[in-house]
Amino acid sequence: MKKVILWAFALLLASFQAANAELSIDITGARSEPMATGLPAFSAGGKGARDMGDKIARVIESDLESSGLFRILDSMAYLQTFKGIGDAPVFVDWQAIKAEALIQGHVDYISDRQIRVSIRLWDVYAAQEMYSATLEIDNKGWRRAAHMIADAVYKRITGEEGYFDTRIVYIAETGSPLKRIKRLAIMDQDGENHQFLTDGLNLVLTPRFSPNMQQITYLSFYKDTPRVYLFDIETGKQQVVGDFPGMTFAPRFSPDGHKLVMSMAENGNTDIYELNLDTRAVRQLTRSPAIETSPSYSPDGKKIVFNSDRSGAQQLYVMDANGKNVKRISFGKGRYATPVWSPRGDYIAFTKMAGGKFYIGVMFPDGRGERLVAEGYLVEAPTWSPNGRILMYFRQEPPNRYGIPGATKIYAVDITGYNERRLITPVDASDPAWSPLLSNR
Amino acid sequence: MKKHLFAALAAVALVSGCASTAPQEDEAAVSVSVEQDGQDEAFVQNAQDRVFFGFDQSKLTAEAVNVLKAQAEWLNANTGKNVVIEGHTDDRGTRDYNLALGERRAVAVKNYLISRGVEADRIRVISYGKERPAVVGANEAAWSQNRRAVTIVKD
Repeated sequence: MKKVILWAFALLLASFQAANAELSIDITGARSEPMATGLPAFSAGGKGARDMGDKIARVIESDLESSGLFRILDSMAYLQTFKGIGDAPVFVDWQAIKAEALIQGHVDYISDRQIRVSIRLWDVYAAQEMYSATLEIDNKGWRRAAHMIADAVYKRITGEEGYFDTRIVYIAETGSPLKRIKRLAIMDQDGENHQFLTDGLNLVLTPRFSPNMQQITYLSFYKDTPRVYLFDIETGKQQVVGDFPGMTFAPRFSPDGHKLVMSMAENGNTDIYELNLDTRAVRQLTRSPAIETSPSYSPDGKKIVFNSDRSGAQQLYVMDANGKNVKRISFGKGRYATPVWSPRGDYIAFTKMAGGKFYIGVMFPDGRGERLVAEGYLVEAPTWSPNGRILMYFRQEPPNRYGIPGATKIYAVDITGYNERRLITPVDASDPAWSPLLSNR
Repeated sequence: MKKHLFAALAAVALVSGCASTAPQEDEAAVSVSVEQDGQDEAFVQNAQDRVFFGFDQSKLTAEAVNVLKAQAEWLNANTGKNVVIEGHTDDRGTRDYNLALGERRAVAVKNYLISRGVEADRIRVISYGKERPAVVGANEAAWSQNRRAVTIVKD
């Protein structure tokens, strides 16, 4: 893939102001009403800048509304028009339409290809500025600028890191249900900048980003030999990982990016292995005749959660990263699979199968506090937003009575179980993996 | 690719059109003929090419053992032929686990054929997990046909 965006941005310091009852949303607890937010047309220096401002504002609006935490008020109701970033809001005008927050913006072209975007976030009732920033960027990077601004607003209001400046790698599905064509594909978190990475000649499954987002690890059936591969996002080069006697699958990077943990199946037995990507040294972590698979590191890299059927059916287990101190953590009714440790460390997400249905759920790393957040004929493969507040997964509808297959699509849901929404993809989609925050990598 | 999809859907619709006269149409699995590249006709005729498994099982049933006995006989009489055993699952499990389960099933078949005198180096196994179902359907009739190991003859 081409390096699309050349960054030359300067994020000026936010001007925080202390306030007593500050405008905020608590996203950890019960559902709250979305925050009524004014987002008037950005002021601009010239026609081109005005169009750019409109595009950026629309992406900010789409990001904030998709979170379920903000409601952008209808622009027809706005009483004030901003002519420049120095214009102060007429707060009574915004209070009159019951706006709680106000986002003011301005765009200038500083050269043929460079734009400067300024942003101010206001607390309408306190009549105070909560945040301001200026970004200077290549105009091709306008979408990222919009996502970064939405992240900044989200962070200022919720106190949590945002997740809009992120990407999703997933499996694009086409063709007969009996011989599905599966391709690696990548897109922005909102479905934009979509790109297919492989041609579909080889079956590929379960892609995951490396922590620095330079690589994707995945399973490919190249030459009818299922093995774990690395895909270099910059060059498009694909490379098999290691020389293993059996099928390798279910790969994930360690949080430091220096190791992979994965399964290998040989002679009817599947165990978990660690592969050091620097030295290519291989270490076997589990040794049981059962199926051990779907390993996922804790964010500190010290533990691994995985699923095993050693008790007779799939359950979740946690062990030290060297394979010692294995402890079962799931004890509910049903089978538990695909555990994924939250980037915050506070939860483990999983797929659960019980009573003929599939569920996506979360539990604490010690197994307590199980909560189900999605259900269906087949929902599978949760992946965490980098702030640990949202899960993405895929949902496959059952075939109908005439055998016409149902759609397979990616969904996101807050870990509170609210705000389930579908991602728009050009074709059917499965096995999503959410990137870290791009600006933090 | 679009053409492919259309053809497949048309095939599904056609077959189900016939199946709709069956008494238990809701339970009927919809079969779609699967192309089997290079599958040996004599093998398919003399010894059935596949065995089926219980849910989340890789143990060979008595029925499966009978099929595999015939496969082993055929292979012992046709020593120039090698086989690939494909392990498959239904879609009522997760992707990673089903890859492992498909491998277990394929190896169960391989080990049985070896026990009946077929040389180990003539047998290769591959698991497709739930990626290559034989039939489409959201019912036990379909799932039971998809929980299978298929022996493919290669020259």
